[in-house]
Amino acid sequence: MPAMAPETEGGGAAERVPAMQRLLDNHFLLLFLGVTVPAVLYLVWGIMEVAQIPIGK
Amino acid sequence: MAASNEFRTCSVTGLKVHLPAEALIKANAVVAVVFLAVGGLFGLLVALTRWQAVHILPAEWFYLLLTAHGADVLLFWVIFFEVALLYFASAILLNCRLATPWLAWVAFALMLAGAAIANVAVLQGESSVMFTSYVPMKAAPHFYVGLIVFAVGTLTAVGIFFGTLVIAREERTYQGSIPLVTFGALTAAIIAVFTLASGAIILIPTFLWSVGLITTIDPVMYKVIWWGMGHSSQQINVAAHVAVWYAIAAVVLGAKPISEKVSRTAFLMYILFLQLASAHHLLAEPGISSEWKVFNTSYALYLAVLGSMIHGMSVPGAIEAAQRKLGFNAGIFGWLRKAPWGNPAFSGMFISLVLFGFLGGISGVVLGTEQINLMMHNTLYVPGHFHATVVAGTTLAFMAFTYLAVPLVFRREIVLPTLAKWQPYLFGLGVAGISLFMMGAGTLGVARRHWDITFSDAPLTFEYPPAAILMMGLNGMSAVLAAIGGLAYVLVVVGSILFGKRLDAPDAERPRFIPRLPTTVAAYGSAGTLHVPGTIVLVTVFFMSFVLYYFVNWKYLSEIWPMR
Repeated sequence: MPAMAPETEGGGAAERVPAMQRLLDNHFLLLFLGVTVPAVLYLVWGIMEVAQIPIGK
Repeated sequence: MAASNEFRTCSVTGLKVHLPAEALIKANAVVAVVFLAVGGLFGLLVALTRWQAVHILPAEWFYLLLTAHGADVLLFWVIFFEVALLYFASAILLNCRLATPWLAWVAFALMLAGAAIANVAVLQGESSVMFTSYVPMKAAPHFYVGLIVFAVGTLTAVGIFFGTLVIAREERTYQGSIPLVTFGALTAAIIAVFTLASGAIILIPTFLWSVGLITTIDPVMYKVIWWGMGHSSQQINVAAHVAVWYAIAAVVLGAKPISEKVSRTAFLMYILFLQLASAHHLLAEPGISSEWKVFNTSYALYLAVLGSMIHGMSVPGAIEAAQRKLGFNAGIFGWLRKAPWGNPAFSGMFISLVLFGFLGGISGVVLGTEQINLMMHNTLYVPGHFHATVVAGTTLAFMAFTYLAVPLVFRREIVLPTLAKWQPYLFGLGVAGISLFMMGAGTLGVARRHWDITFSDAPLTFEYPPAAILMMGLNGMSAVLAAIGGLAYVLVVVGSILFGKRLDAPDAERPRFIPRLPTTVAAYGSAGTLHVPGTIVLVTVFFMSFVLYYFVNWKYLSEIWPMR
């Protein structure tokens, strides 16, 4: 969610919200990152490692 | 938009309380405590069996109750409580209505049905596969069905939490950013989505395998994906109990974090990296490369550890800053000596913080280091570690929060206040003993999940050092102490809900464990000071302990595995 910047009388944003705060206020972007990062680094990479083990004969 | 008669204003905090959300918080919290009581009893019997002089259960019952203990406390107790916490941190702290209360009741029913089905499956005796349920051990199909139904209910509840965040934003019930406690709950909810997705990926095929529709499940593949659920579910706990630490400090002392931005960044570290800790369960697994193991534990995981260390400084720092603001400025530790140690919400929170950091945190890093992990992999050190995190950390923090939730949500005064004051100390001391003695026994090589460490009926004999037998006896005694603390908690909570003095009358007194301070739990803002010398000393002691213990384990390794 974009953080609400203080508004001037004319309704324009008085100051730019820092990028880090915009990230922390964007809950669904955080959800995307929080699922994607471990899915790629832990799950997908781990499954590829196991899938590459040769099958015993 | 909800009708105004669906809300009440809390006379203590001034927060607007959505009544359907309040009813759901009560239902989830009550069921959570029931599972804690049942699972805790099973845990006591397991610990008494591991105490060789008592050795109370036969082998079949030991493995059965160990399975039930794991499911009831590691999953059902904490997740029911966390759902209550998600509803509190969204609808109550954001002053808005809960999204789709009817669906939240459906989620509750699914979770309850799933937990009941899994318990029945275990108690029938055909599913003693323990919490990890590693294939090719096969449980009865309804064991997996129970877990899947529970996971669907939980995922629905997490979706309702996200829906409530959207409602709060659309209806502009808060300004700027969500409160820090809600941000901590958001972190827990995000980790829950990854956890439940991993669970679905592995439990659905395992169920199909149990009914014969799939011929085989690869054991290593199972382990990789299962731990995406099994360990991440404990990371939900970490995020949730850190949020609870901040909440209790805010309600009891009016504390604000030293820096909101830094605390939120620490939660971001959790969101991105905490789930990767799952890999430490696979560090001794053949067939998986060291690159995967080392990256997921000793590289990326350390960023999540950094997050924990930030919280470990931020929470006591917030308490110190608040205490100094209240006038407790004498010396370096005057603020700590004058802290409300007779308030079980505060004492439980602080004991949880210390035990989680010193016992759970440091041992977690040791277990997450590939080389020294080899010394204690699959030993009792692992349950010793997670009893420090999930029981001393999460469970004690949730117990502490209950002393605030009962007067604020159930609107009942806490009964048996003297017992309530002692309860966190009894439980904390008992759990500290459980963690330390299991880790000690694990360091001596005692295997986890073993009914009889004397191997009395084995064809080949093996003897652990006598100190290991002593450790298991001390573990049993500590479990008795923790069980007394747990029983005291159940007595106080159930007694308060049923017989506590009502606090909803207009002339009701203020709850005894909630001081008359302006609460900061739903506010945004930092303490505005870096003058926290006592916290800096405590953190320095922590770092020295950390470095010393880490070094000692490398020293042990060098003795086991000499380089010549």
